[in-house]
Amino acid sequence: MTAKVVTITSGKGGVGKTTAVANLATALAADGQKVVCIDGDIGLRNLDIVLGLENRIVYDVVDVIEGRCRLRQAMIRDKHFENLFLIPAAQTRDKNAVSPSDMVRVCDELRPDHDFILIDSPAGIERGFRNSIAAADKVLVVTNPEVSAVRDADRVVGILEAEEKYAPALILNRLNPAMVKSHDMLSAADVLDLLAIQLIGVVPEDESVIVGSNRGAPVALEPKSRAGQAFRNIAKRLQGQEVPFLDLDKQDGLWGRLQRLTGGRK
Amino acid sequence: MSFFNRMFGNKRSAESAKERLQLVLVHDRTDLTPAELEALKDDLLKAISRHIEIDPEAVQIGLERDGREQRLVADIPLRSVARRRAG
Ligand SMILES: Nc1ncnc2c1ncn2[C@@H]1O[C@H](COP(=O)(O)OP(=O)(O)OP(=O)(O)O)[C@@H](O)[C@H]1O
Ligand SMILES: [Mg+2]
Repeated sequence: MTAKVVTITSGKGGVGKTTAVANLATALAADGQKVVCIDGDIGLRNLDIVLGLENRIVYDVVDVIEGRCRLRQAMIRDKHFENLFLIPAAQTRDKNAVSPSDMVRVCDELRPDHDFILIDSPAGIERGFRNSIAAADKVLVVTNPEVSAVRDADRVVGILEAEEKYAPALILNRLNPAMVKSHDMLSAADVLDLLAIQLIGVVPEDESVIVGSNRGAPVALEPKSRAGQAFRNIAKRLQGQEVPFLDLDKQDGLWGRLQRLTGGRK
Repeated sequence: MSFFNRMFGNKRSAESAKERLQLVLVHDRTDLTPAELEALKDDLLKAISRHIEIDPEAVQIGLERDGREQRLVADIPLRSVARRRAG
């Protein structure tokens, strides 16, 4: 077993990175994969509460890096899946407590015993982002169908493509099919055309996402949730399976166009 | 008709978003402001005019996107010799 390291990032803040990590980790674990997620947002710890694990934290990733505990001691086991773990961010330190080579070392130690290592990156293009992508085999860029989020995503994609090793792919989150239909929201095809990168999934705007994080139970666990289904599909694609894109917008043949644009899936 | 529709005509907002992003991304990716692009065009036209006669009004120079690559595309019609002699 040698884990694939997948970093979830974005240009703009608040577009759904932490939500995506929590849901993808949950969906991968439900598929039987051995998963560990690392909260890379040092000083703004969030993944723990979205996963419902906030009361179990003893040590964090900075404790590991600075040698105050062993890696195993900082790994918190999930409530729902025994094959899912979280390594939380430090809350009282800042991003300078971690370097890119620290992240590479931590991931190298985790790789032999896991299938996936998911890293929740902070927004932006600074130190925390650099730390979070240092060990990545693949980087997923999250954006919303909204001008500032798309513009900032383009900056991040530009940086990732210049380094030629991250195979960046896009998660378009919070798409509202009714607004797309009335031409008051950029469609998935529009965003793909603008950013010109591979698409790995489109997640609809869905109230159940907020209900899920209120409860500390990601919507990927919810069989009927549309967003949950979208995240489960992305998890399958990460495992190399071909999964058709959700038909969020039958009306204008957009999805057929999308499939062609992306070559079905890659 | 809403205030926004009167302000921006009847174009749907998604279309405005896409057009505005298309422009801004080209400039973001090339690190070239619209003003710098104008200066570049002027320099280019001056250099070409030293060698061959062109009609500055008919020249089209702009940045275009091709996937994630940007190109500087110039369409510079040349004045024909016959027209030059006649004029
Ligand atoms: N598909 C969705 N439908 C509805 N709400 C969503 C969806 N995705 C995310 N949200 C909500 O958007 C908010 C921001 O999400 P999240 O915290 O995951 O973003 P982030 O990118 O991690 O933010 P930050 O940059 O601050 O780390 C949360 O309240 C979350 O519940
Ligand atoms: Mg976050």
